[in-house]
Amino acid sequence: MNGTAVSRGRGRATPDRRPASLPWVMKAPALVAIAFLLLPLLGLVARAPWSGLGRILRSQQVLDALRLSLFTSTTATVISLVLGVPLAWVLARSRATGITLLRALVTLPLVFPPVVAGVALLMAFGRRGVLGSLLDQWFGVTLPFTTAAVVMAETFVAMPFLVVTVEAAFRSSDRGLEEAASTLGASRLTTLRRVTLPLVAPAVAAGAVLCWARALGEFGATITFAGNFPGRTQTMPLAVYLAMESDPDAAIALSLVLLVVSVGVLVGLRSSWWPGGAR
Amino acid sequence: MSGALEITGVVEVGGFTLDVDASVAPGQVVGVVGPNGAGKSVLLRTLAGLIPLSRGRIALGDTVVDDVDADTFVPAERRPVGLVFQDFRLFGHLDVRDNVAFGPRCRGQSRRASREIADAWLDRLGLAGLGGRRPGEISGGQAQRVALARALAVDPHLLLLDEPMASLDARTRVDVRAELREHLRDFAGPVVLVTHDPIEALVLADHLVVLEHGRIVQQGTPSEVARHPRTDYVARLVGINLYTGTLDPASHRVELDQGGTLFAVPTEGAESCARVVVGLRPSAISVHTERPEHASPRNVWSGTIASLDLLGDRVRVQVDGAPPAMVDVTPAAVADLRLHEGLGVWLSAKATETEAYPAG
Repeated sequence: MNGTAVSRGRGRATPDRRPASLPWVMKAPALVAIAFLLLPLLGLVARAPWSGLGRILRSQQVLDALRLSLFTSTTATVISLVLGVPLAWVLARSRATGITLLRALVTLPLVFPPVVAGVALLMAFGRRGVLGSLLDQWFGVTLPFTTAAVVMAETFVAMPFLVVTVEAAFRSSDRGLEEAASTLGASRLTTLRRVTLPLVAPAVAAGAVLCWARALGEFGATITFAGNFPGRTQTMPLAVYLAMESDPDAAIALSLVLLVVSVGVLVGLRSSWWPGGAR
Repeated sequence: MSGALEITGVVEVGGFTLDVDASVAPGQVVGVVGPNGAGKSVLLRTLAGLIPLSRGRIALGDTVVDDVDADTFVPAERRPVGLVFQDFRLFGHLDVRDNVAFGPRCRGQSRRASREIADAWLDRLGLAGLGGRRPGEISGGQAQRVALARALAVDPHLLLLDEPMASLDARTRVDVRAELREHLRDFAGPVVLVTHDPIEALVLADHLVVLEHGRIVQQGTPSEVARHPRTDYVARLVGINLYTGTLDPASHRVELDQGGTLFAVPTEGAESCARVVVGLRPSAISVHTERPEHASPRNVWSGTIASLDLLGDRVRVQVDGAPPAMVDVTPAAVADLRLHEGLGVWLSAKATETEAYPAG
């Protein structure tokens, strides 16, 4: 494809059908970027304490962190799906004024420093927070520094990833098919369930994977809002950070686990059952 | 069960106004023709219940589906109307059977009963065995039939078709047109067919409604409209002589039902058909006051001028003969040849300008 475009550009005088080589001005920085992105990963693999890996990964603290991370990030993803898909639909379909502003506000956590998100969560749900003080007074419920707080922090940070992905899909989904469904007797709810949602299902799945990966890696909001209590709020990233000070080998081992999970997510996103992914 | 469609009303959408007053009898196929932006699609969408009337009333038999004064509006999902979209709009995530079963399922049938209804329709439209395929895995002609099956499977009292051939290639169009004609004949209720293809309108419809700028400028049987076009657009659109007849595949000679014979070029798909429709444009026919000698055109016949109508820059001459014909000539030719009503003339047309389509 590239070859024909280039030879056509050169005209008939030089019938050179070889693809022109890429200019070095672009190639050189690209190579630097590749090296910069891949070297740390290689470093991680190279310095991994392969012999002690089994022992480290079987320690109670690591298992607790792993279990907690999987539980909280999966719960956060489920909550994001239940709340985020309807939100995406409203954002995509509502013609109410102010919807643009609302969209900007709810997707703000995408660009928010996570630590700030944690502070904000404390101000809302903390013991002295806007809603948190009421919860404490009325029900004696305190959220910060609990597993629930971890889930909340992760949901806060990760849900917008799902929302923007799914909203784009709702926006570009074929309204003509919804119209066809209505002429066949489908109510709006039936149309949503049997036509629109199946059409955006790939985007929902992709959004859920992104959301889950983001939740799994969450650090700043979690440590600010939920603290760092082993077995209760200490997720994998927190465990890695803590281990760096006392046991660097354990930190590397934990990082490797997260790396493997990330690669798994990437492969999952591109696997063949994924419509829209590489086939 | 089926009743006539009656619409009298005005639709206003985004600065465009459609003002129509028309009725379609059960079993009648009305072809709605008109230039782009004339309001054909708005009309169909209004009938389907996708757009409400701004003023007026739509009734299907005894059922009023839209009446602004009575504050009645039956939305699309509860209107007994089948709509075949121009781009078919099949559900890509469902197989062909479930596409057709979608309507019955939405209208309260069980999953199993819906699939049985779907299979029956697929069978009837010659699609048996394709039920398990996805819409992306079938041809354009098949997709068109699936769309028709899907619309018919809800047992509609009114069938609407929006340019049903427009997204098919020329080869497929010929086959599908003949089939569609059969299926439309089998449908008991009123049919409204929007098209911009004159052949499609003339072959499929038994009544034409011409829309321009949101208004009906003319309606009548195809031959009435063609004989006395009221606007230049109509003249150009339906300005075609159509004859039915029997084709001899060897000589390409067509024995016309109206009398007379014509040599014609069979279009793709017509070679093997005995029954054909022959189309001949008025501008492709020449008028002579004497029998043309040494004429290269193979089709030469005589007749008498029945009428002359000035249409923009041309004069449409109606000639009675075997077969009768509409001929477009220049005003100068009328003057030179001293053409007038009652004059005996000779007509000629090249076989290459005479096309035969399968009659279905």
